[in-house]
Amino acid sequence: MKQWKNFAKGFIKENPVFILFLGLCPTLGTTGSAINGISMGLATMAVLVMSNVVISVFGKFIPAKVRIPSYIVIIASFVTIVDLLMQAYLNTPGPHGEPSLYDSLGIFIPLIVVNCIVLGRAEAFASKNTVLTSLIDGVGMGLGFSFALFLLGSVRELLGAGSIFGMKFIEGNGILLFVMPPGAFLALGYLIAIMSKIKNQLVNS
Amino acid sequence: MELILIIIGAVFVNNIVLSKFLGICPFIGVSNKVDTAIGMTGAVTFVMVLATLVTYLIQVYILEKLGIEFMQTVSYILIIAALVQLVEIILKKVSPPLYQALGIFLPLITTNCAILGVAILAVQNEFNLVESVIYAFANAVGFGLALVTFSGIREQLELADIPEGMKGVPIAFVIAGILAMAFMGFSNLV
Amino acid sequence: MAKKESTFTNMLLTLVLVSLISSAGLGFIYEVTKEPIAVAKDNKKRLAIKRVVPVFTNNPSDQALKIPADNDTVYIYTAINGTDTVGYAIETFTNKGYSGYFKLLAGFLPDGSIYDIAVLEHKESPGLGDQMLKAKSDWSNQFEGKNPENFTLKVSKDGGNVDAITASTITSRAYCDAVQRAYDALKKGGQQ
Repeated sequence: MKQWKNFAKGFIKENPVFILFLGLCPTLGTTGSAINGISMGLATMAVLVMSNVVISVFGKFIPAKVRIPSYIVIIASFVTIVDLLMQAYLNTPGPHGEPSLYDSLGIFIPLIVVNCIVLGRAEAFASKNTVLTSLIDGVGMGLGFSFALFLLGSVRELLGAGSIFGMKFIEGNGILLFVMPPGAFLALGYLIAIMSKIKNQLVNS
Repeated sequence: MELILIIIGAVFVNNIVLSKFLGICPFIGVSNKVDTAIGMTGAVTFVMVLATLVTYLIQVYILEKLGIEFMQTVSYILIIAALVQLVEIILKKVSPPLYQALGIFLPLITTNCAILGVAILAVQNEFNLVESVIYAFANAVGFGLALVTFSGIREQLELADIPEGMKGVPIAFVIAGILAMAFMGFSNLV
Repeated sequence: MAKKESTFTNMLLTLVLVSLISSAGLGFIYEVTKEPIAVAKDNKKRLAIKRVVPVFTNNPSDQALKIPADNDTVYIYTAINGTDTVGYAIETFTNKGYSGYFKLLAGFLPDGSIYDIAVLEHKESPGLGDQMLKAKSDWSNQFEGKNPENFTLKVSKDGGNVDAITASTITSRAYCDAVQRAYDALKKGGQQ
């Protein structure tokens, strides 16, 4: 039961994007479509889970004063591993020459290293908890992050292009503003308002 | 001419915050007051130019020479973290007033993705040393322009009557959206 | 293993150890992914070239003819089927798009007529300028089969033969500019 709570907190109660306001750059930058949003979320989750596990195991051997630099090196290494793997295996362009997944996420892949969620969880959670708890925390937080990106990506794609995952629901162009940068800010603003309302109701009940 | 295009492009057309989505955390986090926004801009400008200069040299003279470009992310983030520490120590010794002004922002800068982002973008765009430094400076100005404008609006906003659920961060994002729309008007400038 | 106390030796040892282990790990992954990454990059170019020239049997991206143009470079890839040259895929660019720079791959037949054109990268506005993409509209089909020798690569507003995208004259002009640059490079390359 306790582990379930630990796992589920990332979705609403401590959602990294909607409630904690962490990792906002990739949230805004990669959510032009639902598929990009969820891919970015999963890539971040991969790094988060690996760094959480490694730091929960070796964290106690690292002297306090060099804690942060050591964490940064560990996280940056996992980011590079994810980057290299995506560059090798998720790098095929679409049938009409659409950019590959690796290309459309672009600079936001190396920038996972400065995503506050990863370093934040390492410092505040993994360094003080057991391997299993940290692993579950990483998966839960990662999925919560992916959920947020997926939600924002879907909303933007639906309003902006009339489709989700590339499947057309509405003919024509939709409200193009939502696939452009300003739409990212607007959609996220309203989503945060809605999600914090939901969270407050959950906490009160 | 080329340099002017780089500057206009980075400040207005592809504004680092409003169109590239880098540095959003400080953009939302420290934009309540114009004074803090200016302080943050100063610190970011300082570190961004310095970091881009150093990472450029590392890229050309170490990573590419040895063929270990895959160490880019690791080495860049370490350089930025070290630079921030160094700047903090030096400022404290050399100019206490400046340290007073910028000091509290410095620790926040290591995880400001705009710094790492600009350092990587300068390499990806295949800029030379001078262009890279100008590019970094222009992006810092762009960051400052967006941040200071935004904080000016947010100061006024405190007097406005906002629906309960939209107070705080949600309305900030809506404002940022409108600001981004205004910046879209610069699209065809270069 | 270093203990928790933050003595100088401990700190140094930890940092060295952490860096060593992660660089070793990274080096290993790099070696493993080196081959697939090279293949993926090569494939990307091949797939793009395939879309703009007739069937070929060689590997056009192996050798590119570089033609300098406007402070940048235009690349010509020659597609060969057996022993016959069947077309040229030309990586060209323009700085005049609504959002500045974009890149096209223009395919020409040996007689100089346009076979097909693909957009490689762009930042044009969704719904307006991005109608130049094949996936978005068939606007770019009007170029196919035309020879720039007797087909003026300018929008009709400027006295040319190209119908501009509605409400996106700037993008259309830039597109023509890029194709013209490719054609000029082809002429230049042919003389070498």
